[in-house]
Amino acid sequence: MSGLSLSLQHRVDAFSFDVALNAPAGVTGIIGPSGAGKSMLLQMIAGLAHPDQGKVTFDGETLSDTATRSFLAPEQRRIGYVFQDALLFPHMSVAQNLDYGASRHAKGPSVSRDEVIDLLGLGALLDRRPHHLSGGEAQRVSIGRALLSAPRLLLMDEPLSSLDPRRRADIMPFIDALHRRLELPILYVSHNIDEITRLADRVVVLHDGHVAASGEVADVLNQADIQALILGEGGDSDPAAIVEATVAAHDAEHHVTRLSVGNAQISLPLLPLNVGAKARLRIHARDVAIATEPPHHISIQNIIEAEISSITPASNGQCDITLSLGDTHMLKSRITTRAQATLGLRAGMKVWALVKSVALASGT
Amino acid sequence: MSGTLFGISLSPAEAQALWLSLKTGLVGTGLSLPFGIAVAWALARHDFRGKVIADGLVHLPLVLPPVVTGYVLLLLFGHNGPIGHWLESWFGFSFAFNWKGAALASAIMGFPLMVRAIRLSFEAVDPRLEAVARTLGASKRDTFVSITLPLILPGIIAGSLLGFARALGEFGATITFVANIPGETQTLPIALYSALQLPDGEINALRFVILSLILAAGALLASEYLARAAQRRIRGRA
Repeated sequence: MSGLSLSLQHRVDAFSFDVALNAPAGVTGIIGPSGAGKSMLLQMIAGLAHPDQGKVTFDGETLSDTATRSFLAPEQRRIGYVFQDALLFPHMSVAQNLDYGASRHAKGPSVSRDEVIDLLGLGALLDRRPHHLSGGEAQRVSIGRALLSAPRLLLMDEPLSSLDPRRRADIMPFIDALHRRLELPILYVSHNIDEITRLADRVVVLHDGHVAASGEVADVLNQADIQALILGEGGDSDPAAIVEATVAAHDAEHHVTRLSVGNAQISLPLLPLNVGAKARLRIHARDVAIATEPPHHISIQNIIEAEISSITPASNGQCDITLSLGDTHMLKSRITTRAQATLGLRAGMKVWALVKSVALASGT
Repeated sequence: MSGTLFGISLSPAEAQALWLSLKTGLVGTGLSLPFGIAVAWALARHDFRGKVIADGLVHLPLVLPPVVTGYVLLLLFGHNGPIGHWLESWFGFSFAFNWKGAALASAIMGFPLMVRAIRLSFEAVDPRLEAVARTLGASKRDTFVSITLPLILPGIIAGSLLGFARALGEFGATITFVANIPGETQTLPIALYSALQLPDGEINALRFVILSLILAAGALLASEYLARAAQRRIRGRA
C-alpha cells in the first residue's frame, strides 16, 4: 500500500476517537469543526502521541502498531510537521532554524536548500531572528524548516489560521506550489472550506473523532449535510457548490476564459491557465438566480440549463435549491420561499440557472 | 592568608572567612546544579506517583528552622550517621566538621530556591518546540541539549544565583551541622557572629558586614549581566 495508511482508536475521558484512512500521493485535506480530533490524528501519525490501539504504515513500513508493541520514535519517522503557530526556535537565526533538521539527517533532503529558499521567498530573511519576523514570514520559515528535514510526508495543522486574510492569501500559492514541485504527499488540516477547496486533491471530513465522509473534494463538500457539519449547526451558513471545470478556450478580445462544466459552459475573466487545464470553481448559492424560461436581454452571461433535484428550506424565509447539470455536476441556488412559490418550483423541473459570479478556487 | 579587596586590607581571619564563604557557596551551588535541573525537570514536565511528596521534600529546607535541617544533616552525615558512616568506611570521605559539610549544608538550604527558579523556566518553554525538534530528527537527548537547555539558561542563571546567595547567608544549618571552626567551617556570617560574641568586637563585626555586602552585590551584578546576555541570545537584539 503506497502512501499513508492508518487505523487508530483512542479514548480521552468522554471523547472517543476512531479513524481509519488512506492518503496516497497529493494533498489530502482533513476538515472538521474544532474538537473533531484533527490535531490528535496528526500527533499520532507523527509519533508525538500514542494511540490506545491501532496501526500506522507508510509505503508499507510500520510506523506504529499497538498489536506488536512497535513504535517508531518521531525523529525516525521522517514526517514533517507544521503547526498552526510557526514555533521557530527563538534562540536561533532563520538560517539555523532551516538547517536544524537537515544537519540531523544522514540522508540529505530530497530538495535543495536553495530551492526551498527560492520557493518560499526566504532569501532576505536568513540572518534575521524569529523575533523580528511577521507572522507570515515566520510560517514560511517553519514550512521551509520542515521541508529541509527530508520528510517523506508533510503534516500541516491549520498552518494559515493564525494569519490575517491577506497574509493567508500570500502564503497559499507557496503551499500550492509545494506538492506540485516537490511531489511530497501532504496531510492538510483545516476547518476552512475555502482552503481545502483550493489546496486539496481529496478530502476527509472528521466529526467528533470519526470519519464522516471522504473522497473527491467536490463530491464530499457539495453534500449539504457535510457542509452543515463543517460550518456547525446554526452557524451563518453560506452554502456553495464546488464545480470541477476544464479550460475550453480563451477569448482575448473580451478578456474572458470559457470553461466547460460537463455539457455547460461558464465564462470567467481571462485566466492564466492553458486550454485543457483543470480548474476548481466555487459558486456560492446566493450568486445563483433561477429562471423558468430561457432569459433574453439580460446582462448575466452565465446561463446554464439545469434540472431541480431537491429543495431544502433554509432560515429567514429562504430555501436552497440543488440543481443538476445533467451529469455529476451540480449547482446550488438560494432564493426566497416567496420566489419559489411564485415560480412554482419543484423537484424535477427544468430551469435556467443565472450565475452572477464565480470564484476560481484553484487551477492547475 | 591575607589580602585586599577593593582597597580594604584584610586580616588573615577575614580573608579566610571570605574564601571559605566563596568556596562553600560555589562548590555547593555548582555540585547541586545538575540535581537541581533534574529535579526541576521532573517536577515541571512529569506526573509521577509521589510527586506531591517529592515537591514537599524539596521545599522542606525552605520552611524548616535551619537548625533542624542542620541537626538532621548531622544525624545522617555525622561520623555515626548511617550515610556518614558508610561514606567514611567505603570511600574515606567525610562531611563531618569540615568545609565539605559546610558546602553540603549550604547546597541543601539553597536547593529549594534553585529548583523553583529552574522549574518556572522549564514551564515557560512551549513543549511544542520540543515536539517540532523531534519531528525534525532530533532524539530526546539532542532536543534537550539543543532546544530546552538554551531556552532555560536564564532560569538556570537565576536559580544558581539564588542558591549561591542563600549559601552565602547560610548560618543555622551550617553551625549546627559542622560547628564553628575557624579556617574550616567559619564562613562570613559565622565569623560575624563570633566577632559579636567578643568584647569590643563591633569594629570587626562591621568589617564582616561590609565584606558580606560587597560579596552579595558582586554576585547580584554578575548574575544580572549573565541573565541579560542569555536573554539577548534568545530574543535577538532586544
